[in-house]
Amino acid sequence: MIEFRKEFFADERDDDLATIGQRVRRQDILGHVTGRSPFYDDHRFEGLLHIRCARSPHHHARIRRIDTAAAERMPGVVRVLTGRDVPRNLNTLLSLLDFGLDDEPILAETKVAYRGEPVAAVIAETEALARDAVAAVRVEYEELPHVLDPEEALKPGAPVVCDVYPTNRFIYHGKYDHQKLRYGDVEAAFARADHIVEGRYQMSPIEQAPIETCGAIAAPEVNDRYVCFTGTQGLFFSLGTAAKVLQMPSSRLHFVGGTVGGGFGGKVDSVHEPIAILGAMLTGRPCKFAWDREEEMQVGAPRGAERWYLKDAVARDGRILARKFTGYFDAGAYTRLSSYAVIKAVGHLPGPYTIPNVHADVHCVYTNRTPSTAMRGFGITGVDFAIECHMDKVAEAVGMNPVELRILNAYRDGDMKAHRREAKNCALVECCQVVAEKAGVTLSPEARAASSRTGGGGERARLPAFTRTDQDGRVEGFDTGSYARKTGSAPPPRSESTRHTTAAPQTTPSSQPRPAAPPPRAPQPPAPPLASGQRADAGGSMPPADAASPPAAPRRTGALRFSSLSGFRRR
Amino acid sequence: MMARKPVTFTLNGSERAAFAADGQNLLQFLRQEVGDMTPKFGCGQGGCGACTVLVDGAPHLSCLMLAEAVQGRRVETVAGLARGATPHPLQEAFMEHFAAQCGYCTPGMLMAAKALLDRTPRPTRDEVIEAIGGNLCRCTGYAPIIDAILAAANRRTPA
Repeated sequence: MIEFRKEFFADERDDDLATIGQRVRRQDILGHVTGRSPFYDDHRFEGLLHIRCARSPHHHARIRRIDTAAAERMPGVVRVLTGRDVPRNLNTLLSLLDFGLDDEPILAETKVAYRGEPVAAVIAETEALARDAVAAVRVEYEELPHVLDPEEALKPGAPVVCDVYPTNRFIYHGKYDHQKLRYGDVEAAFARADHIVEGRYQMSPIEQAPIETCGAIAAPEVNDRYVCFTGTQGLFFSLGTAAKVLQMPSSRLHFVGGTVGGGFGGKVDSVHEPIAILGAMLTGRPCKFAWDREEEMQVGAPRGAERWYLKDAVARDGRILARKFTGYFDAGAYTRLSSYAVIKAVGHLPGPYTIPNVHADVHCVYTNRTPSTAMRGFGITGVDFAIECHMDKVAEAVGMNPVELRILNAYRDGDMKAHRREAKNCALVECCQVVAEKAGVTLSPEARAASSRTGGGGERARLPAFTRTDQDGRVEGFDTGSYARKTGSAPPPRSESTRHTTAAPQTTPSSQPRPAAPPPRAPQPPAPPLASGQRADAGGSMPPADAASPPAAPRRTGALRFSSLSGFRRR
Repeated sequence: MMARKPVTFTLNGSERAAFAADGQNLLQFLRQEVGDMTPKFGCGQGGCGACTVLVDGAPHLSCLMLAEAVQGRRVETVAGLARGATPHPLQEAFMEHFAAQCGYCTPGMLMAAKALLDRTPRPTRDEVIEAIGGNLCRCTGYAPIIDAILAAANRRTPA
C-alpha cells in the first residue's frame, strides 16, 4: 500500500529504506547514558562568577533612573552591568542575515517593553549573592499604557511597543507593513459561492521548556580571546551575535557547544553569550549567565501566539472556490524571529489544497508580551491548526465527511499552487486514505479511487485569468535596515504617527555603536560578523558612515536575485 | 567568607572528602566541589528529577538535599553505573531502545530506574511508570524509556 516517491534527493537515499522498523543507535548515545555528554555547564572554572539580571516588573514603562550603587555594595558583588556597558546595545537577531532593523537592547536603558525585560546584570561570587544583589538594584520606572493583544496593538492610539517600529508592525524591506498573497479574485468567488464559511482561530504562546535551561559560561582565554561554553542551538549564529553586540571580531571568540539539553527552538536567541562574555571582559574572570527555571518559563521567548481569520467560498459539492486569510502573529515586544515566522506562514498558504482564488494579509505585530522566537515549525503549526479546524467546519457546512472533503480539495501532481509553483510529489490523498482506513472511516468509492497522480494539471495548472491586486500595506520612509550598505540602521521616521496620538513622546534609542569598554585593541568597523560573500563587495572594512550622508551605493554586477528574506539584491 | 564544612562520604564506592559551603545543596556540591558532573540541574525546585542520585540506595533529589546530609553515607551517580568499560544493563537497554534524545534527563532517569530495579528486580510496567514519575523528559518521550527499563529488568541476571 505504501509507496515511497523519491523525486527529491533521489541520489541521497538508499532505495531499500531498510532503516524503517529497525533499531538504530544514536551516535551520541554512549555519552548520554554514561553522563559524559558535555553540556555547557559541565565544566569547572576556578573563580567562576555568576550573573543574574534585574528585570522589569512592568509590561511597559519608561526608565527614569537605574541606581546600582546599593547593589554594588552588596557582599560578593564584583560588578553591575547596565546598557551603558554594552558596546552595541541594540540588535536584532536576523541582522546577521541582513533582515530587519536593530530593535532590541541587550540591557534596557530608556524603556522596558515587556515584563521580565532585563535592565541590569549583577555579577557576583555566587548565584545566591547575585540574587540578593539583584533585589538591591533600584530602577525608577514611569509606567506606560501597555497592549497585550495584537489586534488592539493595531488600533489607532495604541501604545507604541517598540520605538523602532512605531506602527507596531514589522516593516518588510523598508516598504511593506505586512506579508500578502494575492491569487485570483476571492471577492468574485464569494459572490457565486453556495456556502460562505468563516472562522476565527487563536493559538497560545508555548514555552519550549527544555530540561536544561538556557545559559552560557565565558572565560578569558589565551591570545586575548574569550572562550564561551554555550547551550545554543545555533553556535555560529550566537557567535555572530556576540561579535556584533560586543563589537569585536569573531576571531577573538572561541565558542564551544553542540551538546544541547533540549532546545526546540528556544535556544537560538543568543541572549546569554554576549552578557557572559562581557562579564568575562570586564571582570577578567569566568562568568556564568544562566536562567533559572522561573526565568526559562517567564522570560524565555516562546512560540508566538497567532490569530487567524479564515473565510471560504465553497461550492455545494465541497470544492473550495476561494479562501481568504487575515493573520496576526504576536511577536511580543521585539522581533527576534517573528518576521521570518510570518514569511513561513504565508508561504504555507492556503494549506495543501488546490484553491483557485486565495487572498492573505498577515501581520507581524508587536505587543507588550514576552518576545516570541523559534519553536518547532513556528509559523506553520499555528496556521495549520487554523486551516485544518476550518476544513472540518467546511465539511460540516456542506454535510460532507471531513476526510473526503480533504481528498476532494487536496493538491494533485501538476496543480498550480497559489504561489505560482507547480505541485509535485503530492501525497495528501494517499495520507487521507491511510488515515481513514486506520480510523475505520468508510470512504466513498470515488474517494477510495482518488490518487495524487491523477486529476491534476490541465485546467488546474492554469494561473487565474485575473488576479485582484492592491497597494494596501505599502509604507514610505522606512529604512530597509540593510547592513550591506554599512550605514547602520538609521532610525525610521514616525510614519502614521498620527494614529498613535496618545502615546507618550518617544526617544528613539541610539543605533550608533558606542565605544567598547574595554576598547578594542584596534579600531574595529561595526561589521556584522557573519559577513557573507554577498556583501563582501560592500566593503567589509568600510568605516561607519554618517547616516545623514549615505555613501554611494556599492556597484554590484551579479545577477539580480530575489529572496523572501532580503528582497531583491545582486549577487 | 562563608563557613565551609568538611563532608566525608562514599561516592560510587570510593571514599571522598570535600568542603561544602554553608547551605550548599548536594547537586552543586557534587558538581562544583567534587567534580561529578553527571547529576544535572533542571529546576532547582525538585520538580524535574534531572538531579536524581541514590543515597544509601534510595533515590534523592540532590537539588533539595543539603550536602552535609550525606556525611558518612553512600552516594551513587551515573558516573559509577558502568563496571569499568562494561555498561550497566540499564545503560545497554537505554542505548538499544533509543531511550535518550538530548540526554539531559538521562542520568536522573537511570538513577531512578536503578533504585527501582535494585529493590524490585522484575517490576511491572506500572511500577516502572511510578518509579520515574518524578523525572521529566521533554524530547525522548516516556515510552522508549519505560521499554528500556523493562528490557533491562528482563535481561538482568539475578544478583
